[in-house]
Amino acid sequence: MTVFEVINNILKIAGDAFAGLITSILGAGGLADFVVMLVAALIICALCAVAFMGLTYAERKIVARIQDRIGPNQAGPYGVLQPIADGIKMFTKEDTTPAEADRWVYNLAPLVIAVFALLTYAVIPFAPGVVGTNLNIGVFYVIAVGSGSTVAILMAGWGSNNKYSLLGAFRTVAQLVGYEVPMLLNVLPVVMLSGSMSLVDIIERQTLGNGGNGIPFILVVPLSALIFLISGIAETGRSPFDLLEAESEIVAGFHVEYSGMKFALFFLGEYVNALAVSIMFTVLFMGGYAGPILPPYVWLLLKVAAVFTILMWLRGTLPRVRVDQLMSFNWKFLVPMSIVNVILIMIIGKVFVADPVTAQVNGGIAVPPLVQAMILFTSNVIVLLIGLLMVSRQARQLRLTEAEDLDRRAAHNKAAAAKVVAQ
Amino acid sequence: MRTDFAFVAVMMLAAVLLMGVALLGAALLRPKKPSKAKLETYECGMETVGDAWVQFRVQYYIFALIFVLFDVGGVFLFPFAVAYNSLPLYAIVMVCLFVLTLLGSLLYAWRKGVLQWD
Repeated sequence: MTVFEVINNILKIAGDAFAGLITSILGAGGLADFVVMLVAALIICALCAVAFMGLTYAERKIVARIQDRIGPNQAGPYGVLQPIADGIKMFTKEDTTPAEADRWVYNLAPLVIAVFALLTYAVIPFAPGVVGTNLNIGVFYVIAVGSGSTVAILMAGWGSNNKYSLLGAFRTVAQLVGYEVPMLLNVLPVVMLSGSMSLVDIIERQTLGNGGNGIPFILVVPLSALIFLISGIAETGRSPFDLLEAESEIVAGFHVEYSGMKFALFFLGEYVNALAVSIMFTVLFMGGYAGPILPPYVWLLLKVAAVFTILMWLRGTLPRVRVDQLMSFNWKFLVPMSIVNVILIMIIGKVFVADPVTAQVNGGIAVPPLVQAMILFTSNVIVLLIGLLMVSRQARQLRLTEAEDLDRRAAHNKAAAAKVVAQ
Repeated sequence: MRTDFAFVAVMMLAAVLLMGVALLGAALLRPKKPSKAKLETYECGMETVGDAWVQFRVQYYIFALIFVLFDVGGVFLFPFAVAYNSLPLYAIVMVCLFVLTLLGSLLYAWRKGVLQWD
């Protein structure tokens, strides 16, 4: 092996060496397997916790800059020790359980949200051969585990026995449950094109060689990627879809009663979920760890950082949407557009077949993969443009009726005022 | 196959362990001086009236129903998507009809005014 290969596969080599060591101590068998898995799982969980601390700092700093503020700058140089200071505070802060609360549900909720958030990482491939477990239903698993946070948030809202909490929890159910539909529908094209639900296979299909053609799916189905990102942001309850916390309306929503470590676990859940959405986006649409020259884990890191920066950018820029806008946007725009898009992809993918052998068996025109990708790309863009056109027409109509309404009211007021003056 | 899912169970164990240690550590470190005022339910400066365990609005229920419709539909679509490359055009047409039925039900709900949030 060359030095280059060693650097590229350092994670896998270290993992194999560790597994070999454990097996030589305990002997091959269930116990050794269990210990290796437990250590791997603990490492993944601990890395998530570290990433959470880093992300809170990065986000506060970057959002502050976007909004023309300075952000944390007191603890350590440039405030880099801020997460540690926060951690110490979280550990030593007094923690109260409201007397009226449902104790079991209330205290269990933060644990549930954190555990479900961490469970996602069991299937995420970090580098070739470095994956917790390569489930053949990987995509399904991620979506299923991702909806676990809905349960936890409802538990928190209901268990707190506080009206703000319950309002937040109600909104959560409507929002998270609704935005799961476009998420599901837009993973579908990726599964169709790659012919597998395993995340490793999906990355392989976007890599050159190993049956892949090296075209990341974001260039094949850009509309699906866009809708996936939007619904992913909504799924994690981040701004501009942060109605479930809405500090200025329902103070903090479902976690208003929480303090100390339990509050920290809610925060951890939120950030770990947001990171998981960024990683899923890179895996599904940007080829995951695949990339030239640099080691795979560096590529994954770079891509995830880019996607997460977009999330932070949106958070720093956009105002919160209203609850009726939120629901309409999902059910009247994203879902119908996703369905139309999926149907078009289904048909186009069968008419223009990239694989000449299947084209001969099932019919259809055999074209090179690049041409198929271009056709799909064009159809995606056309669907998006038509959708935007329809929405902008609707919006113009809405604005006109609103303006008419205002004019009518102004005229009415004026007439009433004139009447008063005349009397 | 079995070992594939074993890792998920182990991951759950590890996550509960780690988060449990965090909660336990905080429980050991933090002060604990509860008083009656501290344990009151949070409210903006007033005393809380009644408890919050009220009934859901029916609208949430309807949205949940539409969600179940699409989620179950999605569960049926994924096996098809895995087999997509080897399916003939005929099968694709059938699935398109299935998806259009979903779209139809959404449009029906839309026309009925269920999707209007107020």
